[in-house]
Amino acid sequence: MSFLNKHKAIETHATLLLVLSLLVVSIGGLVQILPLFYLENTIEDVEGVRPYTPLELAGREIYMREGCYVCHSQMIRPMRDEVERYGHYSLAAESMYDRPFLWGSKRTGPDLARVGGRYSDEWHVDHLMNPQSVVPESIMPKYEYMMGNVIDARYIKDSMRANQIFGVPYTDEMMANAEADFAAQADPNADGDALLARYPKAQWRNFDGQPELTEMDALVAYLQVLGTMVDFSTFQPDPNR
Amino acid sequence: MCAKQVKKAGEVPTTGHEWDGIQEYDNPMPRWWLWTFYLTIIWAIGYTVYYPAWPLINGATQGITGRTAAGDTRLAVAEEIRRFDEANAAIKAKLVAADLNAITTDPELDSFARASGAAVFRTWCAQCHGAGAAGNVGYPNLLDDDWLWGGDLESLHTTITHGIRAPDDPDARYSEMPKFGADGLLEPAQIGDVVEYVLQISGQEGYDPAKASAGAQVFADNCAACHMEDGKGDRTQGAPNLTDAVWLYGGDRASVTATVTNARFGVMPKWDLRLSEDEIRAVAVFVHGLGGGE
Repeated sequence: MSFLNKHKAIETHATLLLVLSLLVVSIGGLVQILPLFYLENTIEDVEGVRPYTPLELAGREIYMREGCYVCHSQMIRPMRDEVERYGHYSLAAESMYDRPFLWGSKRTGPDLARVGGRYSDEWHVDHLMNPQSVVPESIMPKYEYMMGNVIDARYIKDSMRANQIFGVPYTDEMMANAEADFAAQADPNADGDALLARYPKAQWRNFDGQPELTEMDALVAYLQVLGTMVDFSTFQPDPNR
Repeated sequence: MCAKQVKKAGEVPTTGHEWDGIQEYDNPMPRWWLWTFYLTIIWAIGYTVYYPAWPLINGATQGITGRTAAGDTRLAVAEEIRRFDEANAAIKAKLVAADLNAITTDPELDSFARASGAAVFRTWCAQCHGAGAAGNVGYPNLLDDDWLWGGDLESLHTTITHGIRAPDDPDARYSEMPKFGADGLLEPAQIGDVVEYVLQISGQEGYDPAKASAGAQVFADNCAACHMEDGKGDRTQGAPNLTDAVWLYGGDRASVTATVTNARFGVMPKWDLRLSEDEIRAVAVFVHGLGGGE
């Protein structure tokens, strides 16, 4: 075992130790990370997933700001009880435009990956204002101040650009119309076709039921799109992944 | 317990380091530690043979379990769902094929529908209608016999399938009360009168008789088309009965005034895409059996 004694040469030579450790660590990293970028079975193609609309993106940022992900996951695991309760298990591709993803790891409240369309806007507003008014046993805090926080599209383009830098395919057209789309989605009388052309299946209406465009509009718009982009009545995920 | 024998200098080689006359022994690793370490390496090799593991150029090694439920969570969940579906397939098919009104007369179907309907209700309906189905302000109580759109099984089935004012279903139940105050259809004084009239016909104490009699005319001109001349409502339009003590948005003066001024537009989602036909039928039977079914 004389060659094992050679490690003394490495251990007593700081630079050599550093270089060789780096080599070992990078092999580990390459084996784990690199295949994710080229192996086809790790990148599942799904129909329907699109970048968030400007209003949904604003809602997503409120969701992050309030730390909703601390108590709510967005990840339905492939188990029968979860599928029965929340709907089809989550696919990696459904969060392909999430920067960062909000899968979460703790469920003090229920999973929200497919909460979109499950409740009416009115319920969401009632529930965010005072969760105990509709679910008496809930321990969720109240978020009634969102109703009063009027927001505008001033920074939405910056936010979209930041997402763009990290690979979300916002087109030039989407960027150019960011402010208009932001306002249009919360306006029931807006020209929805323009919004739909850029963001398929986008829903536009007055989400919070009051005239001003508030944080509540943005957050409810975001919640109502969660998990609705992939149409599971026509899309069948490959079971062998 | 034997006392640990302390080795003397010279019996064990030292590492050659020396600080202030203190030397470091070069003892070997404990045997048990070394063998555990080797065992984990052997375990890892077995693990990568058993489960999908090593990435290659066009794919990854599939392992012994690769395409089976033991090694693929998607196959596992599909398999488990299939097992339960198969176990329930016969009774579900019977439930879907049965005449809606005949379900409750067949003891087997009835008990299955009630049990699975209760599970569906707890999962999908309780958030609005309450865990005990007693509803909430703005979300109807399903325990009583005061129905907006009808409480027989056919009506419940339609309501659950298509929802109420669901924006994404053209067949959803739909009606819209005008915003009499916000849109300026009635003067504030007229609203005040008709509210007193509504308090009167709903049998409440403390209404103003003079205003109420003036309100009767306002009611006949503006409200009777939907709520009917006697105020008992119209189920084809989801217009509530105003003569009873059951209120969706509150029956006191302030709540009724708010309702007449701004109107109400409660939405229930449609469920035909989220629930299967057997689940819709089951939950309809469950709600029907809560006490108010017709």
